[in-house]
Amino acid sequence: MSGFRVIQAGPLVTVQDQGRPGLMRFGLPHSGPMDRRALAIANAALGNPAAAAGIEVSPGGLEIEMTATCTVAIAGGGFIATTPAGRMPGWAVLTLLPGERLRLSAGPWGNWCYLAFAGGVDAPHFAGHAATHAGSGLGGGVLKPGQALALAAPTRLDGRDGPIPIPVWARPRAEFDLVIGPQDRFFARDTLATLTEASFTVTPSMDRMGVRLAGPALMPEGALGIPSGPICRGSLQVSGEGTVTVLMADHQTTGGYPRIATLTDLDCDSFAQARPGQKLRFRTMTAAQAVARHRAEAARRADWLARLSARGPVTSG
Amino acid sequence: MSDWPAFRPMGTAALLVEFAPSASPATITAVRALDAALQANPPRGLQEVVPTAASLMAVFDPLVTDHAVLTEALRGALMAPPPPARTPALHEVPICTDPDLAPDLAEVAERLGLTPEAVSDLHQGAEFTVSFYGFAPGYAYLDGLPEGMRLDRKPAPKRGVPAGSVIIAGGQCLITTQTMPTGWWIIGRTPFAVLTGDPDHPFRLQTGDRLRFVAAPRSVLEADA
Repeated sequence: MSGFRVIQAGPLVTVQDQGRPGLMRFGLPHSGPMDRRALAIANAALGNPAAAAGIEVSPGGLEIEMTATCTVAIAGGGFIATTPAGRMPGWAVLTLLPGERLRLSAGPWGNWCYLAFAGGVDAPHFAGHAATHAGSGLGGGVLKPGQALALAAPTRLDGRDGPIPIPVWARPRAEFDLVIGPQDRFFARDTLATLTEASFTVTPSMDRMGVRLAGPALMPEGALGIPSGPICRGSLQVSGEGTVTVLMADHQTTGGYPRIATLTDLDCDSFAQARPGQKLRFRTMTAAQAVARHRAEAARRADWLARLSARGPVTSG
Repeated sequence: MSDWPAFRPMGTAALLVEFAPSASPATITAVRALDAALQANPPRGLQEVVPTAASLMAVFDPLVTDHAVLTEALRGALMAPPPPARTPALHEVPICTDPDLAPDLAEVAERLGLTPEAVSDLHQGAEFTVSFYGFAPGYAYLDGLPEGMRLDRKPAPKRGVPAGSVIIAGGQCLITTQTMPTGWWIIGRTPFAVLTGDPDHPFRLQTGDRLRFVAAPRSVLEADA
């Protein structure tokens, strides 16, 4: 089996592809990358199919030793790469030889970094996808020191080594768009105003399921005993004490706390990169505005990724 | 026009249909009917439907459709004659109640003023219905726990409860699919695997399926159910 060996892996370093839709009715969320954009960029930088599996690296970091020759791409967050050629910022393509080591560690910003391999990672699938649901371990799995992983078709690519420009839509942000509801009716008008007027802070209570925020209490009214209802990625769930948790890639599929608002799908990925201690604000938009912006951004990003994949000129604009 | 059902956006790519402020047999029936109608005749752009006891989430591709178009499609589906009802499957689920596999059975019996055997008889005499999945992959909430065996959750959860545990709380029963903590009461163990291992049909129970628990010796836990 040729691929790489895990020398060191922090908690929650997992195999991910772009996610496993369709099984939320059975209690299984899509999972996939916390920052779906960054894995898409890493795959495109190698000309990989968008569905190729890669590795999601947590702030705990990852060190691997190659057992194959393969060109790899690093994207997402401001991580530091320690390569045979020395330390460098992430956001780069490089070729590694058998016996060479690569270390990724948390740098100036972000929580999640992605390591893609030309040809993709060959990992266990669950229901057709290598995306890992960390709580159950279903899918490609959580990486452990000493573990050997196989690459599907390790390939040395010519002429791709070098930095990847960070597109403006994958940079750190402090303001995030949300659509109010579906259960805003359990909050007083003043409380709803606080959601967009106050500033919130990311807490260390963060994993692939969700991110807890600190800030003014958003007390729900009359929400005790509401029936359990569906949750999606980006749901802002508010506990009885008024604490907001933003549900992420491995979210529970149902819950009994009122959901005051939902992050736009686009902003879920940039939100996932907000570090504990970071202050942030929310802006509201209507559902129709969210869809319109989604369509415009999707076209722009698809074009950027296609040019990167085809080794055409890309800019950081 | 009634406020219910209500159609509410959930971010960019989902629509929540809430049938009433609280769950009832009527909302469960309404959710199932809409779910069946959408499975039989999915509107353009619909990607996924998540039913619960009083609401249903419709997940869609925002590049293909939007909240307003899908709301109209769902209103239409609510008005349309229901598709022919699927006959729900009936699953016979073996359960072993040896004391080490049913660590809470004695306390449940004591709290209910019954013998452990009477509790198991009640449980095995009932027919359960898959209400909806939630909490964790494969956690299918089963409605139909007899009135005489309803208890609140335990004051503190127990850690490391193994997969295949049959647990009860409130009016519901559940078969666990992974080792995890739970505050529900553990009244037996089953080899019945909700996760099938089949990539095309990874989960064995559909919403609306019926289940009966059947007493079995612990040897069934070694056999593949």
